[in-house]
Amino acid sequence: MIFWIKATKKLNPPANLFMLDPAIIFASVLNGLTTGAVYALIALGLTLIYGVLHIINFAHGAALMMALYGVYFLHEKLGLDPYVSLPIMVPAMFAAGYLLYRGVIGRASHGKDENILLITLGLSIILENAALYFFKSDTLSIDTPYTLSTVNIFGAMIAVPKVVAFFGALATTVVLLLVIGKTSLGRAIRACAKERQGARLVGIDVDHVFAMSFGIGLACLGAAACFLLPAYYVNPQVGNGFVLIAFTIVVLGGMGSFVGALIGGFLIGVVESLGGLVLGESLGQIGIFVIFIVVLLFRPQGLFGARA
Amino acid sequence: MRSLAAIAILVVAVAALPLFVSSGVTLGFVTMVLYATLLGQAWNILGGFGGQFSFGHAVFFGTGAYAMAVLQMRFGFNAWLALPCAMALGAVAGTLLGALSFRYGLRGSYFALVTLAFAEVFRILANTFDFTGAGVGLQLPLQEGAGAMQFAGETGYLYLALALATISLLFAWWLKHSRYGAWLAAVRDNEDSAAALGVNAFRVKLAAITVSGALMAAGGAFYVQKFHYIDPHLAYGAAISVEALLSAIIGGMGTIFGPLLGAVVLHGLGELTRNSLSSAPGASLIIYGALLVLIIMFMPRGIAGLFEGKR
Repeated sequence: MIFWIKATKKLNPPANLFMLDPAIIFASVLNGLTTGAVYALIALGLTLIYGVLHIINFAHGAALMMALYGVYFLHEKLGLDPYVSLPIMVPAMFAAGYLLYRGVIGRASHGKDENILLITLGLSIILENAALYFFKSDTLSIDTPYTLSTVNIFGAMIAVPKVVAFFGALATTVVLLLVIGKTSLGRAIRACAKERQGARLVGIDVDHVFAMSFGIGLACLGAAACFLLPAYYVNPQVGNGFVLIAFTIVVLGGMGSFVGALIGGFLIGVVESLGGLVLGESLGQIGIFVIFIVVLLFRPQGLFGARA
Repeated sequence: MRSLAAIAILVVAVAALPLFVSSGVTLGFVTMVLYATLLGQAWNILGGFGGQFSFGHAVFFGTGAYAMAVLQMRFGFNAWLALPCAMALGAVAGTLLGALSFRYGLRGSYFALVTLAFAEVFRILANTFDFTGAGVGLQLPLQEGAGAMQFAGETGYLYLALALATISLLFAWWLKHSRYGAWLAAVRDNEDSAAALGVNAFRVKLAAITVSGALMAAGGAFYVQKFHYIDPHLAYGAAISVEALLSAIIGGMGTIFGPLLGAVVLHGLGELTRNSLSSAPGASLIIYGALLVLIIMFMPRGIAGLFEGKR
């Protein structure tokens, strides 16, 4: 996991990847895959919003942060297990996204994509600092009976919450793909993504579909937050670390491509994990951004995208 | 000419201010407004006049700040020599970033993302190497005196900030009245048509990001001299990128005085909230963010748009 507070710690001594014990590399790859699954889930929401609305949601990280606080308070105040919070958080985040689009983003755009970029940036500033104002900058985490338990996978010890997050993220992705692929809402979403004028002509309420897509995008974050918190923490800046990673994944996989986001998520998770192992925690983060910049420059349509 | 006269009046008024006002708080406030004007104008030249929205202008700010500190501390440069060097390095950073991203045709959100990523890469690099003080940052040794650009009172910093802000304002004025400025506006409004008319869009944008980088670096250098300290988060963090674009957008993108108006509003609001909300963390930024959203919703041309009438 990437986060700027960690970066002030002392560096691990750099190691050569080939000198490391294969068991350590294997454990590191598994760890990367489990982290990558959650990254993929966050990126799926982002790529859906991009694919349909053609906007980059800069408030994605801030929305994730709010969802994490939601899960945290459900656990602290009501004693709800994070996994039990799923049926609350997913609809709540969906509603928040729908209303945010209807109330602010859709209205403020004046039909210009640049405006939406700035609006979502403004929203992220508001959300992040509102969290700072109300919840203070303390880093919070929750204690569950399974937080510290691990499972043994071919000799590698992986934390239980991470394994749950892995399968949970996969399951959510499948549900999302089914919604987009098999329902009439999904058909409307795909129609709007391809050709919004045409969609309007055949009687689709485009603004409603846009708001639904934004809502679904944030609902993914609700799920991600439930899977993330047992093994992670929350503070007002927590979204920043994820948002650039999610952008990287979306760009890597091709903006708007679900399969791309999934594969990109795993790829980035593993790169981050191995990068941290070889280069140390601070410098290890660079691998992700280098991938990001290189892909943006040389293949902005991504590995699986059709065109820029 | 009217804008030029307005700039002249501003310069004279601010220059005369220390004669009438001795309050360090007031002078400090004006200094910070001018500093924010400089940052906003740096962003405005690329974002407002050129239409290329950067979300990572901190990359130039940090380059200038670290150049200023490192040149003085590691290479024994005099501060007055280090300042133009820092600006030159900011310009080089701008040229490189621009050459990379414009060569590959990055526009809109893609450009915003790549600048953000570059700022993040530089933050991690500055955080890693001892050359830049790693995570601890660099503390500029105290060496009071105008010769070392470390002034005893607020007045010296006021004049320094005034000089830098005036340069940025004059450049913006020149953009409004020159052939190059017309090219830049043409590229912003429709790059393909501009190219069809024979404007070399790549070079026009490259020049804009170069100047923008130099001015932003000057802001970083000023910051180091004023506060004697820089660390990776201050230099390359998102806060400074946001500050630069906020004052430009709130004041009015693509206008000469927009960044100045935005800086006055933002810092004025900052002072108000600091006094009324008992400096709770985040309070002023909530208002800045809300202001950004409201301005784009209701006044997309910013405060300066109010004075310019219908376009």
